[in-house]
Amino acid sequence: MTRDEITAGLAEILEEVAGVNPDDVAEGKSFTDDLDVDSLSMVEVVVAAEEKFGVKIPDNEVQNLKTVGDAVSYIAAQS
Amino acid sequence: MSRPDVVVTGLGATTPLGGDVASTWDAMLAGRSGVSALTQEWAAQLPVRIAAQLAVEPSTVLDRVKLRRLDRSEAIAIVAAQQAWADAGLADSGLDPERLAVSVGSGIGGATTLLAQDDILEASGPRRVSPHTIPMLMPNGPAAWVGLELGAKAGVHSVASACATGAEAIALGLDIIRAGRADVVVAGGTEAVIHALPIAGFSSMRAMSTRNDEPEKASRPWDKGRDGFVLGEGAGVLVLERADHAAARGARVYARLAGAGITSDAYDIVQPHAEGEGAIRAIAKAVADADVAKTDIRHVNAHATSTPVGDMLEIGALHKAVGDHVLLSATKSMTGHLLGAAGALESIATILAIRDGVVPPTINLDDPDEGLTLEVAGHKARHLEIPAALNNAFGFGGHNVALVFTRA
Repeated sequence: MTRDEITAGLAEILEEVAGVNPDDVAEGKSFTDDLDVDSLSMVEVVVAAEEKFGVKIPDNEVQNLKTVGDAVSYIAAQS
Repeated sequence: MSRPDVVVTGLGATTPLGGDVASTWDAMLAGRSGVSALTQEWAAQLPVRIAAQLAVEPSTVLDRVKLRRLDRSEAIAIVAAQQAWADAGLADSGLDPERLAVSVGSGIGGATTLLAQDDILEASGPRRVSPHTIPMLMPNGPAAWVGLELGAKAGVHSVASACATGAEAIALGLDIIRAGRADVVVAGGTEAVIHALPIAGFSSMRAMSTRNDEPEKASRPWDKGRDGFVLGEGAGVLVLERADHAAARGARVYARLAGAGITSDAYDIVQPHAEGEGAIRAIAKAVADADVAKTDIRHVNAHATSTPVGDMLEIGALHKAVGDHVLLSATKSMTGHLLGAAGALESIATILAIRDGVVPPTINLDDPDEGLTLEVAGHKARHLEIPAALNNAFGFGGHNVALVFTRA
């Protein structure tokens, strides 16, 4: 799966869970500061991403996933 | 210092009869039933397969992403509160948030969230349980959400007294303003538990009507053929305001909330006191608190849920505490029983009856019980000048609440 495909998959999740416009989702964007995803919604995003990409994202990793690009890199490395 | 007067300056509701107050009131005056068959798959196994479901789904009013975080009882509390807030004209009034409080309760709370998330827990494990579960099912959720939406900083309160909740939340709002802790209180009740488990639970108590073949005729307070209540869902919210505060901003006033009476039976966890002793005291306290002549109380929106015992106890209590001159209505004949929202919705009906000089009908009263010794507005609405009116609400746990409203 390419980085663009993972980004697109995350954009779908972010739209469903937090109402984020898919056009706003890019690797450089911060989940909290740019996309306005709060902590509870971030939990939902992580669980949905695990299901969608068939990966495990432990809670102690989530705090390192500041941007969409961080998440894409983590998912790409696991899958 | 004299006690401040409290008036009602805004109303909001979403009910089985309509998505707002105006459509609900029109349907009530026309004598329409909001009860229908439950066609959902989960209902097929139940002994009770009827309910009064919302006329307008909250998903047509609130944003999809927001709804993901809201129990249905919270969503409809927000819908009703937003309507009441707009109706009161408080949106851009410059009201100090620290003088605005909320008092919104629910009888059962976020039960459907609890059950849905338990299904997920059983099927998919704890990691799949929504992080929104707790704020969705906590009993203070509806009050907290309304407070958040309106920016209320003088406290958000969540009364829980079963089917007396909505009325008791309004009584608490009255106390808050009288005590000087707020100038405006957004007060009411919400309930949304049309689901297999609550229905099975009430049904096991033999408290519900099983007239499954005739949904619109199932809720029939005081009728000989009554066989239990019909579960309804909805929310009702009032804006209560200190009278001089309302006058200073030129607000439209629906009615005065003149008094409240609250008692407890200390008798049985679900059965009302055999002589209605607690109800009598609640009504008498409300009348005394309102400082109105009993003869001015011309109309009562009764609790009358369509149960064999409760309906008649209330008649006896009204004879003793008010007298035999009142004209009654049981609007649950049309809306079903909204549990924790009932006292709020019926307060709205009481207020509009005063405003319009009309008593809403009590449908399905085809063959009145011999014990019905007070006059009732039957199949048709009746015109009546109403200087003051009473709304009763009683709840499992022995809660008795009576509210007196008077003409503005």
